[in-house]
Amino acid sequence: MSGFATSPPVRLLARIGALAIGLLAALGRVAMFAGRTIISIFAPPYYPARYLEQMAQIGWFSLPVVGLTAIFTGAALAQQIYTGGSRFNAQSTVPAIVVFGMVRELGPVLVGLMVAGRVASAMAAEIGTMRVTEQLDAMTTLRTDPFQYLIAPRLVAAMISLPLMVMIANAIGLFGGYLLSVEKLGFNAANYLNVTRQYLEWDDIVTSEVKAGVFGFFIALMGCYHGYHTRGGAAGVGRATTDAVVSAFILILFSNLLLTVLAFG
Amino acid sequence: MTEPKIALNDLAKAFGDKVVLDGVTLAVEPGESMAIIGGSGTGKSVMLKCILGLIQPDGGTIRIDGEDTTHLRGRARREVQAKFGMLFQGGALFDSLPIWRNVTFGLTRGRAMDSGRMRRLAEENLERVGLGADVLDLRPSELSGGMQKRVSLARAIAPRPQIIFFDEPTTGLDPIMADVINDLIRSLVEGLGVTAVTITHDMTSARKIAHRVAMLYQGRIIWHGPCDRLYDSRNPYVDQFVQGRADGPIQ
Ligand SMILES: Nc1ncnc2c1ncn2[C@@H]1O[C@H](COP(=O)(O)OP(=O)(O)OP(=O)(O)O)[C@@H](O)[C@H]1O
Ligand SMILES: [Mg+2]
Repeated sequence: MSGFATSPPVRLLARIGALAIGLLAALGRVAMFAGRTIISIFAPPYYPARYLEQMAQIGWFSLPVVGLTAIFTGAALAQQIYTGGSRFNAQSTVPAIVVFGMVRELGPVLVGLMVAGRVASAMAAEIGTMRVTEQLDAMTTLRTDPFQYLIAPRLVAAMISLPLMVMIANAIGLFGGYLLSVEKLGFNAANYLNVTRQYLEWDDIVTSEVKAGVFGFFIALMGCYHGYHTRGGAAGVGRATTDAVVSAFILILFSNLLLTVLAFG
Repeated sequence: MTEPKIALNDLAKAFGDKVVLDGVTLAVEPGESMAIIGGSGTGKSVMLKCILGLIQPDGGTIRIDGEDTTHLRGRARREVQAKFGMLFQGGALFDSLPIWRNVTFGLTRGRAMDSGRMRRLAEENLERVGLGADVLDLRPSELSGGMQKRVSLARAIAPRPQIIFFDEPTTGLDPIMADVINDLIRSLVEGLGVTAVTITHDMTSARKIAHRVAMLYQGRIIWHGPCDRLYDSRNPYVDQFVQGRADGPIQ
């Protein structure tokens, strides 16, 4: 019988089982963490200054990198559609697909990924350092809840900032496409704008904003969660930072797929 | 007989299979100053963190003023925490905040209020630990290690708690500053009636500030007694420790 229990396929199954249980446990911990954060948003005392500070950190200071990404991507998108074989009807295809591509997918996903790289890592590093230097413990003994003072402001600020930034990135991206089409590909400017307006639909904008809010939630959640659970000195902070960015990327890309299928499938 | 201020009964804590506290029983009376000694890594800091509610013990009870606080959470926990001040071993200053906001954090609880009054309060409390107003607007990273420790001490005493825990208050200070801190702890106890628990490796300091000394070894309190018995405890472990000998029952 012992031969059966240790045979390679059984061992493999056991490994997969252990992995699945570990994954479920981690999901449970993240869900508890999110629940505790959401409750602490509504409980006094309130820290308006912390919310504003985080809005500036997440939104305002991310604008340059987000703007650059959007304009280059919008222009590159226009060029690809033009070269990509629809030259026979380019005048209407290029602006239409730039609108779909930018607003439905690239705008929110690119902003999500850029901000995740910038902000989730910073959150994990900052909160993680506070954990390993006992600043979180000190805060608790001074009767201030780190969930209220540190984590809730980050979550709320990310969920407000991301939709605003995606709105801006979409506009800049469309402008990038317009610029390249008119200046380099010789499109008629008025006509391009007309087609853009015609294909720019309210539903797509709403979807774009919903995606942005969800991505903002995941970015702050992963940054704070990994920071809060940091262990083991400087190396631990390094690990937390990497884990925060990688898990935020995966959650953004996966939830984007889900939302796309839900909205357009 | 009055209730002890702090009463630990059979307190146990393990991390994984590593047993750190293995049945700690200890009582600290109101207005008493107690020193805890013991080797590095014997769980002295863990014991304080259990009392503070930062670490959940696996077993045993903690009573503060007779109230069982072992499993308190949320609002009830914060009410008990109002009685405590804590000087962390590493200082644990908030490095994103200037010194004066650090010192007054226990009063403002992180809110921006009444800056004028708070700055004055910060100045008063810094003066008690031997620091001047010139550090008010600096950041913790701009101070030396000993200065950080003293700012942290000022932060712990600023809300005027009834019970203060000092985790190695004189480590890393020069002998004169160490004595200033010893005097401060004495005056808190004698002048304000604070109950103090101090972890220390500094026997001079222990003898100066404490009424009683307890020794933690292998997860238990193996000896406690009045301060003047420290050097004739007739306990071979305590003897070896206070005399700092490498040979003896402690390996
Ligand atoms: N959060 C934790 N997770 C795992 N192990 C821990 C944790 N905190 C403390 N320990 C372990 O518990 C033991 C006791 O640690 P503690 O910090 O209480 O020692 P100490 O008596 O204060 O020593 P020192 O005098 O050097 O400060 C150590 O072996 C430490 O590794
Ligand atoms: Mg310690």
